[in-house]
Amino acid sequence: MFVDVVFWVMTVVAVVMGAAVFVVDSMARATYALALSFVAVGVQVLLLHQDYVGVIVILMMVMEMAVMAVYMVMFMGMNPALMPMSMVHDKRKALAAASVVFLTLAAGALLIPWPTRRGQPSSDTTRALGEALMGSKMLVMTVVSPVMVATIVAGIVIASKRSRYDRLGDDLRGAADHSADPQRGGVGR
Amino acid sequence: MTLQTVLLLAAALFSIGLYGAISQQVVVMVMMGLELMINGLILAAAGFWWFLFPHPSGQVLLMVIIAAMTVEMAIGFAVATLLHRDHEADMTDMAGDLSE
Repeated sequence: MFVDVVFWVMTVVAVVMGAAVFVVDSMARATYALALSFVAVGVQVLLLHQDYVGVIVILMMVMEMAVMAVYMVMFMGMNPALMPMSMVHDKRKALAAASVVFLTLAAGALLIPWPTRRGQPSSDTTRALGEALMGSKMLVMTVVSPVMVATIVAGIVIASKRSRYDRLGDDLRGAADHSADPQRGGVGR
Repeated sequence: MTLQTVLLLAAALFSIGLYGAISQQVVVMVMMGLELMINGLILAAAGFWWFLFPHPSGQVLLMVIIAAMTVEMAIGFAVATLLHRDHEADMTDMAGDLSE
């Protein structure tokens, strides 16, 4: 009973806040609406007995939305909470596409005769996840880890203002031009 | 709380995200739409896991989805920074370099 009440409350929060992201007229409000929607989904993942994943979703999304808010203040050059905005194109087609997708998915969810549950969950799902990641599913960890490192490197390379490729050319063999650098830096090239 | 209700909610979140990803013009808002779609995926995967096959390997799949979401956000922010730096653009319509 308690679980059902929490589930339905979180369902309403997740959907209303998710829709609010594209309805409210400021980016700051949209960011916090999305954060709330994610927290609601995180709580539902907790209700589905995936303690670790649920907590990760909540923590990660709250931090991510905080970063996003800072990002918007940085780049939009305005106080995003005070700036009304509506920047959409093809609204009608987008609404139609989204409606068709929802109806198709909902029909699938309701009409497919889902099988009954196979197997029983372990008593401590977090421990089971840890043992899977460090045991039989270690390949997943060994693949995700380099992907994360590559993401960090790629993010910095894409976003950095003036890298060694700008100074030394694509093959890194050009003459160093430090004229546009605020500080010379480097290792004496 | 049944598998059907969880999947319905996931479908709703996915569709709202799809609407945003298609219709929004600001790059960051498009990213928010993508996030919402992945949000629905996380919930659907969690529902399938609990109601159909509560084996630890399903949780590992969820971790992969979350990792994909992190990568999307990090690279998305970096690309938006580059766009802004390069031609003061924060709208998708202003970033038509590859179509020219």
